[in-house]
Amino acid sequence: MPDPILTLSGVSKSFPGVRALRGITLALEAGRVTAIVGENGAGKSTIVKVLTGIYRPDEGEVTVRGERREFFSPRDAWAAGIAAIHQETVMFDELSVAENIFMGHMPTASGNLVNWHEMRERAAELLKRIDAPIPSGLPLKRLSVAQKHLVEIARALSHEAQVVIMDEPTAALSANEIDDLFRIVAQLKAEGRAIVFISHKFDEIFRIADDFVCLRDGEKVGEGPIASVTEAELVRMMVGRPVDQVFPKRDVPIGEVVLSVDGLSNATEYADISFDLRKGEILGFYGLVGAGRTEAMQGLFGITPTTRGRVLLDGKPLSIRSPSDAIRAGIAYVPEDRQDQGAVLPLGIRENVTLANLHKYVRGLFLSRAAEKEETRRFGRRLAIKAANWEQRLAELSGGNQQKVVIAKWLATRPKVIILDEPTKGIDIGSKAAVHDFIGELAEDGLAVVLISSELPEVMGLADRVIVMKEGRMVEEFRRSRWSAEEIVGAATGARKEAA
Amino acid sequence: MSALLKSREFILAVVLAAGIALIGIYQPVFVEWDNLSDMLTETSVLFMMALAQMVVILTRGIDLSVAANLALSGFLAALVSQYYPGVPLVLMILAGVLSGLVLGMVNGALVAVLGIPSIVVTLGTLAVYRGMIIIIAGGDQVNASEMGVSFQAFPKDVFLGVTTPIWIAIVVSILFWVFLSLTRTGRGFYAVGGNPIAARYCGIDQGWQEFLAYSISGAVSGLCGYLWVARYGVAYSEIANGYELTVIAACVIGGVSIGGGVGTVPGALLGALFLGIVNTALPVLQITPFWQMAISGAVILAAVVINARAERRPDKLILPEARRLGRARP
Repeated sequence: MPDPILTLSGVSKSFPGVRALRGITLALEAGRVTAIVGENGAGKSTIVKVLTGIYRPDEGEVTVRGERREFFSPRDAWAAGIAAIHQETVMFDELSVAENIFMGHMPTASGNLVNWHEMRERAAELLKRIDAPIPSGLPLKRLSVAQKHLVEIARALSHEAQVVIMDEPTAALSANEIDDLFRIVAQLKAEGRAIVFISHKFDEIFRIADDFVCLRDGEKVGEGPIASVTEAELVRMMVGRPVDQVFPKRDVPIGEVVLSVDGLSNATEYADISFDLRKGEILGFYGLVGAGRTEAMQGLFGITPTTRGRVLLDGKPLSIRSPSDAIRAGIAYVPEDRQDQGAVLPLGIRENVTLANLHKYVRGLFLSRAAEKEETRRFGRRLAIKAANWEQRLAELSGGNQQKVVIAKWLATRPKVIILDEPTKGIDIGSKAAVHDFIGELAEDGLAVVLISSELPEVMGLADRVIVMKEGRMVEEFRRSRWSAEEIVGAATGARKEAA
Repeated sequence: MSALLKSREFILAVVLAAGIALIGIYQPVFVEWDNLSDMLTETSVLFMMALAQMVVILTRGIDLSVAANLALSGFLAALVSQYYPGVPLVLMILAGVLSGLVLGMVNGALVAVLGIPSIVVTLGTLAVYRGMIIIIAGGDQVNASEMGVSFQAFPKDVFLGVTTPIWIAIVVSILFWVFLSLTRTGRGFYAVGGNPIAARYCGIDQGWQEFLAYSISGAVSGLCGYLWVARYGVAYSEIANGYELTVIAACVIGGVSIGGGVGTVPGALLGALFLGIVNTALPVLQITPFWQMAISGAVILAAVVINARAERRPDKLILPEARRLGRARP
């Protein structure tokens, strides 16, 4: 076996409340493509960040060509010959292709002036090497996503990168563009570079990778040549835990249909979303990040326009053109990033809690402060919001209490249907349990709950039914009594059916 | 109570009271009612303009066209008075307000519907509105002798010992206070400026709130246009040149956050009063115009520094004992 270009041994990384990586050991060999697979949150991006010098590992070591290296910044990783191509390209839209390729190491003439001529020539040469017919003087904003990826690859080559990391490079590409990209990957491989390929799409992994490394909950749970596994085995490896015991599911009697959605579509983001939701029911929406779940629910809530589809609430057709229509009808939407998208920091707790249904507090011509206070007190107590008084500005509250205020705001609209978008994203394990408990309580109170979550255990633990979305469409629906983690992940990633 | 004592408005009021007292010791004539009344009458336009500007700034915008709007609307009101002397005074004033409203709605539509940054829109309309005066007037001006008698007399009238501009400013201030603190739409300005995304999820229409803000700003500019022209007895294209900066400065001094979402009616009024006092007291103290400008500038800079400190993220109250005390570092 040839010496690996890059190795990780025993690499661990923790964040407050989470162990993102635990004792990861892996070796990347020249001329091979290694696919890193795992569920959302398994630790894939943490590995990329360790390799590119954005995070420093707590334990373990990185070696490059047998030499121990420590990366204090992305620059160190570049210098060691490691370059990454990110999912969303991180480049300068207003600058030219050549400037983007050489940003940080522009060729200079005497007196430290940029040598434009040489820079353009070399940029053109690099682009030619990967067969990318892009004029090097064009501003980056005029390029397509695929072309931007090519520029990033040229940038990696300009550093003479020996290890090229591609983090979901195909997410925004068309089939033809993916073919082009894979041709370049093959070429880089032939030149003896090591390639790390991260993707959720199984067909791509099996097409391009030589080896795989499978992660689960920050640990390596499998590795080997890709030819030695089947898709089904890989899915099982990714999921691999008994999920049902993690969350105690509350037994809630499920009532009549509250919300009925039929064929909801929009031009580019989602199509044919249809489901019925009953009183007391928790309906999970599972899928990969970017499967269109949030977009579909935003359409339902009136944030973005829909092109087609009918929505019935309690059997009556609804015309939702704006969030205020949805709120009036009895639908609440708690957005993903509750602090950024929910909390109005300069306003007080009372003003935040009443913001989504101010019309309810109007007495005569004016808002009644007393009515506002009463409602704030009620929900503040129920959610145990800790504050000096109800007039306190949100900016002064802790993050957890800000989140509670946002939830209080939505409960104060007295919804029949509540949509929770990634309700536990970015919160620690202790708070997660409290949120899960609370979601169960909402269902017990007779609300119909839509739960968007990318965490499989959470969805399987809480939901009565799960709808899986992939590339903007519903692909499969599972009932609690007969589902398996493998099937759900299989549906979300598009692994072949034999998985089941 | 301690919150009130530490509030921006309270500190500003104390500074102002102390300032007036000090000037009064040095120049007793300054604190005589006649002088104070003159000062307030002189500042009444600034009070109203600062309130209107505050509403725009609350939505994270800025309206640079207010002074140009004031000049154009005042000019139109003066023309009505010149050519239709028989029209009742109310209609002449209404002409100014309506003209201001329409000009403000133009800003509002450009900002809210087309989504162009307000600083660009209002910088453009500023030039357009000033240019329109020149086109309409053909470089001419309307003089006192050409305006109607009642048109000019009204701003000098005194009712219950207080001049009409002060009365108008009082009524307008009360209306702003009621509107901003007691109505849904008023709350909407704070929500849209405080967190536009959250406001959208709450069903608050950002575009409508912005449109309203610029319309209000325009209407108030129109009203002030009449007062200005009638009080000084002349209307031409250069009236109130650069005055928008004074108006914005009053807001900044009054604690209105340029970042949006923060500002109170008493704060904006005190900010305007502060500038009013500086501008009228300095001549009384025989300070030369050059130093007057330098001092005004220094005060504005000081206010900006204080605002920047206030807008730092406050410490959160996470310790139980801190919560009991109830207030983070201001």
